[in-house]
Amino acid sequence: MALDLIQSVTGRAVHVPGDDIDTDRIIPARFLKCVTFDGIGEHLFRDVRFDERGEKREHPLNDPRFAGAAILIADRNFGCGSSREHAPQSISKAGFKAVIAESFAEIFFGNSTTLGIPCVSVGPEHRAALVARVSADPTTLVTIDLQEQVVRAGGDLAVPFTIKPGARESLLRGTWDPIAQLLEGADEVQKVAARLPYVQRAAAQ
Amino acid sequence: MGKSLYDKVWDLHKVRTLPSGEDQLFIGLHLIHEVTSPQAFGMLRDLGLRVRMPERTFATLDHIVPTDNRKRPFKDALAEGMVDALRKACTEQGVTFFDLESGRQGIVHIIGPELGLTQPGMTIACGDSHTSTHGAFGAIAFGIGTTQVRDVLATQTLSLQRLKVRRIQVEGKLGPGVYAKDIILEIIRRLGVSGGTGYAYEYGGSTIEGFSMEERMTLCNMSIEGGARVGYVNPDQTTFDYIKGRPYAPKGEAWEEALGYWRSIASDEDARYDDVVRIDASAIAPTVTWGITPGQAISVKEKVPAAEDAANESERALIREALEYMRLEGGKPIEGTKINVAFIGSCTNGRLSDFREVARRIVGHKVAAHVRALAVPGSMEVARAAEAEGLDRVFREAGFEWREPGCSMCLAMNPDKLIGDELCASSSNRNFKGRQGSPTGRTVLMSPVMVAAAAVRGEIADARDVFGI
Ligand code: SF4
Repeated sequence: MALDLIQSVTGRAVHVPGDDIDTDRIIPARFLKCVTFDGIGEHLFRDVRFDERGEKREHPLNDPRFAGAAILIADRNFGCGSSREHAPQSISKAGFKAVIAESFAEIFFGNSTTLGIPCVSVGPEHRAALVARVSADPTTLVTIDLQEQVVRAGGDLAVPFTIKPGARESLLRGTWDPIAQLLEGADEVQKVAARLPYVQRAAAQ
Repeated sequence: MGKSLYDKVWDLHKVRTLPSGEDQLFIGLHLIHEVTSPQAFGMLRDLGLRVRMPERTFATLDHIVPTDNRKRPFKDALAEGMVDALRKACTEQGVTFFDLESGRQGIVHIIGPELGLTQPGMTIACGDSHTSTHGAFGAIAFGIGTTQVRDVLATQTLSLQRLKVRRIQVEGKLGPGVYAKDIILEIIRRLGVSGGTGYAYEYGGSTIEGFSMEERMTLCNMSIEGGARVGYVNPDQTTFDYIKGRPYAPKGEAWEEALGYWRSIASDEDARYDDVVRIDASAIAPTVTWGITPGQAISVKEKVPAAEDAANESERALIREALEYMRLEGGKPIEGTKINVAFIGSCTNGRLSDFREVARRIVGHKVAAHVRALAVPGSMEVARAAEAEGLDRVFREAGFEWREPGCSMCLAMNPDKLIGDELCASSSNRNFKGRQGSPTGRTVLMSPVMVAAAAVRGEIADARDVFGI
């Protein structure tokens, strides 16, 4: 299974403010009733974007100046809460290719990487600088360069970012979906299973 | 220096290091449910793969099952479709499925332990973040996404980054009316909702050693609310006594052998930890949340924080947002806040001991007239055991509805939902905006006995006063 090598992501960006944005907010539970992820992008941030009558609320994703943005900028501890992959799926299906935040919750980060969505962390001042830039000019092109580990915006702003080394490697090598590698290890898996007493016991029964 | 349980179990289950630097880890027990797993079978099919070790995966129904009328087909066609998709996939792939008629159905984190599937020294994965619950048995248990569910189905392994380990040492005797729920709310409040990112939490100390398995499960359950994907307690005699005789527990000679393994994987006396935190359990009071994250918690006797009290602008913004959503006023006591709904249940507090403890307190009390009160057992086994003791009658007499098992109003993917901006005193684990089914619904997390006290008074109240504890 050949995957794209993800070396950089470029596009316009939009800032969704707020610390501790949880996955219930990213995609409310009632939209999890689906046996595929198709169409889930429409419901991204549903309850903060629309009121109960379906009228648009004030929200960056409802602002036409940011329509078509490919990079989501968030604050601290983005994606906390449930393990639902529906969260990064809805972000991706809504057209986003990467997320920049000060920090990410663990499961959300892992789910995103597995879908080939880089989640990169920048310091608070750098986050603020990026936000100021794209808010002042929503047409600013932002590039997340995974090789050099820097985010560039509008030609002159460049800020460093961090990302777990394992995630960075797998994005750069095109192994972000690990299934091919996991399948390759089948013989070794057998050996591990054979040395675990509880697995042997079940096999013997 | 010695090793922690986390490191021992990880090393035993490690298959190899992948080129990315992550480890390929063998998964000993895989639990699945109808919301995050049917899609994974579809992915498997698209790749032309089959389930590698079907005997290591077990399926149940919990999130979307109605708790009033379980007659099939469900009124909600989408829910029916998901159940159907899971049932078909399990049959096709030879995976054991605890269906509604099995007598064993229930919330995935309740039935695993109950059936003896959850055992010390295992790696346990499930497409659900509260998989950390199973850590109560000394397992490394964690939530995964749907694509990872596919990985486990296809290979019985995952690609993962090893975590650091933080020891949380809890000492001291709990005060009256204080429960495991209050301890974990206090830990989250102290360390923050993202304090556990990158860590596995090892809970220990005299308080935890004195805990029953059900209390340990409540504690480990909410590790994820503190940002820790994994939380565990070292296995001991309490653990072994709980497992013994359960349907999937080892028997006869195998039991002795299992005991040897279970003892061997406990953390060494001199284990090395990346961090150590100490908590004085005797100083903790009944705790409730006031905001929209589980870390926004105070003792029931405290006042709701005001934005001005915060140290910096980002905290002030968080407080303002929470107060506005919760429609609470900073600087005012939380006690006396009117509630509309009371919910006792969920994988945090939907076990037999929870219902026993509440029943013991509410005898002779009545739920306030304006409160809708729900008691939802976490599994068919919990329901049976509670009913055999007559607890259902105690709850009904007090004015609670006694429901069929499921996740119910914890997440409200079934018909149990808040309406409008109703405020719910809830024994569940998340108070996020919209969590209980209404986009403007409000949740206040607390222990089951505190929920009962709120139900009786019709407002947030100190259970110690209401029940004379
Ligand atoms: S009870 Fe709540 S937290 Fe637990 S598995 Fe069900 S929905 Fe998730």
